[in-house]
Amino acid sequence: MRWSKPFVYAAGAAVGALYASTAQAKYFFNFQPPVTPIAQDFLFIHDLFLAIITAIFLLAFGVLLYSLYNHRKSRNAKPATFSAPTTRKLWILSFIPILSLMFIDYVVLGIPSFNSVLAVTNTSHHKLTVVVTASQWKWHYAYPAYGIQYTSSLSTPTDQIYGDARKDKHFLLEVDHPMVLPTNEKVLIVLKSADVIHGFWVPAFGVKMDAIPGYIRKLWVNVEKPGVYRGQCSELCGVGHGFMPIVVRAESSAGFTKWVASERAREAATQEAAEKTWSKAALIDRGKQVFDKNCAACHQPSGLGIPGAFPPIAWGHPFSATPAMLADLKALGFFRDGKIVGGPVKNHIHIVLDGIPGTPMPAFASQLGDADIASVITFERNAFGNNSGDIVQPEQITTARPKSTKHPK
Amino acid sequence: MSVMDAHAGEGEHAPRGITRWLYTTNHKDIGILYMVFGIAMFLVGGLLAMLIRAELLTPTMRIMHPELFNQVISVHGLVMVFGALMPLTAGMANYLIPLMIGAPDMALPRMNNWSFWLLPPAAILLVMPWLLNLFGIGTGTLDTGWTMYAPLSIQSGPGMDFAIFAIFLLGLSSTLFSINVIVTVLNTRAPGMTMHKLPLFVWSWLWTALLLIAVFPALIAASVMLLADRHFGTHFFSAAGGGDPVLWVHMFWFFGHPEVYILLLPTAGILPQILATFARKPIFGYNMQVYSFGAISLLSVVVWAHHMYTSGLPAAANLYFMFATMAISVPVSILFFCWFGTIWRGAMTFETPMLFSLGYIVLFGIGGLTGLILSDAAADQQYHGSYFVVAHFHYTLFGGPILGVIAAIYYYLPKLTGRMYSEKLGRWHFWLTVAAFNLTFFPQFLLGIDGMPRRIPDYALKFAHLNMASSIGAFFLGASQLLFLYNIIRTAAGWGKPATGRVWEGAEGLEFTVSSPPPYHTFASPPVIR
Ligand code: HEC
Ligand SMILES: [Cu+2]
Ligand SMILES: [Cu+2]
Repeated sequence: MRWSKPFVYAAGAAVGALYASTAQAKYFFNFQPPVTPIAQDFLFIHDLFLAIITAIFLLAFGVLLYSLYNHRKSRNAKPATFSAPTTRKLWILSFIPILSLMFIDYVVLGIPSFNSVLAVTNTSHHKLTVVVTASQWKWHYAYPAYGIQYTSSLSTPTDQIYGDARKDKHFLLEVDHPMVLPTNEKVLIVLKSADVIHGFWVPAFGVKMDAIPGYIRKLWVNVEKPGVYRGQCSELCGVGHGFMPIVVRAESSAGFTKWVASERAREAATQEAAEKTWSKAALIDRGKQVFDKNCAACHQPSGLGIPGAFPPIAWGHPFSATPAMLADLKALGFFRDGKIVGGPVKNHIHIVLDGIPGTPMPAFASQLGDADIASVITFERNAFGNNSGDIVQPEQITTARPKSTKHPK
Repeated sequence: MSVMDAHAGEGEHAPRGITRWLYTTNHKDIGILYMVFGIAMFLVGGLLAMLIRAELLTPTMRIMHPELFNQVISVHGLVMVFGALMPLTAGMANYLIPLMIGAPDMALPRMNNWSFWLLPPAAILLVMPWLLNLFGIGTGTLDTGWTMYAPLSIQSGPGMDFAIFAIFLLGLSSTLFSINVIVTVLNTRAPGMTMHKLPLFVWSWLWTALLLIAVFPALIAASVMLLADRHFGTHFFSAAGGGDPVLWVHMFWFFGHPEVYILLLPTAGILPQILATFARKPIFGYNMQVYSFGAISLLSVVVWAHHMYTSGLPAAANLYFMFATMAISVPVSILFFCWFGTIWRGAMTFETPMLFSLGYIVLFGIGGLTGLILSDAAADQQYHGSYFVVAHFHYTLFGGPILGVIAAIYYYLPKLTGRMYSEKLGRWHFWLTVAAFNLTFFPQFLLGIDGMPRRIPDYALKFAHLNMASSIGAFFLGASQLLFLYNIIRTAAGWGKPATGRVWEGAEGLEFTVSSPPPYHTFASPPVIR
């Protein structure tokens, strides 16, 4: 056990030194293959550090083993009596390890790190800007230059997470709607958060930055190779923290242009869906999908919620929670006479669009389209034993929407 | 003199029954209480760790809901730091400092009793929300990780309030105890026990106590602000009301970074004493170690934002915190140098305490070296919030302080109980612990490097093999600690061979001049210091 480590490190350091300049292969002691200049820098620094600490470790471990073997009582060693360096020469020699460590810290490691820190923060001369907004537990990507924006969330089905259903290759690292970036272009990523602190991390890009509510953070990437790159949220952000992956598809600039065009066409189709009138069955069908994807994390796939935290949607289930929370809900007409979604349709729309401020119930106005919101409300009012018969059409949502969030997705 | 007043009427022998432990003002009793509590919490925290690793054994949510997982990791962290390690080192200090400096007791015995008895309620506050939850009240305990980052901690359920009050109690307890240590060391040393003769353990605790008094208030203040944000409509940390979430992070780590040295220093103080005993040689570089303790303590309060390299501080701040953090490697490496110097050309034997001390040097060494990697503000973007960090701080905190505390317990158990522990079981305990420890935590370095974030309840398929290895290691690691428990119990029950007053052939120090176990009151008249 103890032996394997030095060897792992030694091998790691040797191969690492070779690798840092050329190869693209992935060794177990290396980061995911880097595809941006920054990630390459980081990998170089990583290998350099690894090589150095391995050398220090081996040296010290060697000295230790030597001493353990030779200076033992069973070999009749006579204990020395010194308690400090005994001669001036030894004093000077004692400073050598300390001084070389300082040299390693501040020169060998310090200089490349210094340069990288400055490189990371240099966001000038970018071509494209993407605004990334984190929220519990999904990512929202907006491309202001193209008028494109959409939400991206985990697409792994629940039965793969909780049960023995066969897991896809990209289990937990797959999303419905990846972020798309052009290659060989400096892209500025503007990071925001809608609720708590999240962390944006795509290992192949090297960079990681916290998305902090109330702040705007900037980082930049220049992806040099087309491909799909997967990362995850890196700051604990609540129940769904392990379930908000980031998937980025890097396309050549021609591919990117094509994507922009198709994305615009899709937005137009969404708008059309919002304008037509839907049948009740179609609404409920679509509503179930929307519910499973956007609401079930809190209100649970069964609609039963979690006592004290997330109210049930299902009919006739008592809900224990703080008086403040119950009062909030009563004010909106919910939870009267055991009818849980008994509140008026108008309030229901208002809850889903605007959320319930000051509680975890998020505002969905900027994340879901009119058809989605209409269908999820219709679904909730007819599923889980509610059977109210109410139908909500997309145009009701269009009129109820706050002005600023017209026509998303 | 207050010490004597507090003991008036106690006589030479310990009073009997439960009231002995409830009302005791005797530093040895309180020391034992602290240590028993610490070991119990170590088992609780360990049990939670087993739950975590069981959930992470394979990539499927099998035994917990993600919310419960978050609660378990939070309590695991808090219990290990505040419930296990701090009480264990405080227990050592309580028992040993008066013996080491030739004082009859701690300077403030009644306060000493209080500083212990604040701890059990704090522990209860941390876990009580789980019990309440069983009866359908609340949502369980805190779920924010031990770092309690706002605004997540503002959003969190009522378990958070329990945790905040637990922190108040813990803070009060540590502060009272720190004051006690400082007063004891400065005022009640036996004549002739000058500061330059203080055992290193006492020096290290003196620095620890100063650090605690300096930084715990930051956490308390932040917790009060958090409580106000949660219930009284203030907006210190909530951006929605113009507050600043990063302020919490600053305040937390202003406390949190020194905290790791608070955990480390006491064992860094006891380590050279153990090494010297089993190398049968004087401690090497006594003065340099004392200065290094001081340098580490001072530096530790000016490097906190190395935990925040990804929070978007300006480049200049990141550079400052990087270079300041690197500076800590200097005093730490001086300590290593002195440890090597202490065993060099000694006549070593390898009893269990020595084995654990050597394990400390190697494993904490790996933790320290990987800390050097983490000091780099640039590449830290790849490590931050990943399993690399988890591996690093388990190498520093388990490989360091926990192995150190275990070494110290084996070293002093014969002194405390008058009996020798089983050397054979001790050796098994050591080898199983280091083997299982490396199997548990070494794969986590690789997981982090490959991109696995920490604090996730379920993970991608490519992380499966290493996680399984880590979990299996953890189960062995947990099981090996039962040997330790059994060894302690059988020794305390009086099964071992009787121990002499000096216990170890090479032992030095006042604590080894009294019988084993020491009489209930020691040094009522001051010893002669040569
Ligand atoms: C982040 C967790 C979360 C998500 C996701 C979430 N909710 Fe909620 N929801 C809540 C909480 C918490 C409340 C209660 C708020 C309070 O304290 O008043 C709530 C309340 C409600 C209510 C009113 C009470 C009730 O149960 O009838 C409705 C309706 C509702 N949510 C619908 C939705 C819909 C539709 C979605 C998905 C589009 C959704 N929620 C997604 C947390 C969530
Ligand atoms: Cu997260
Ligand atoms: Cu730190």
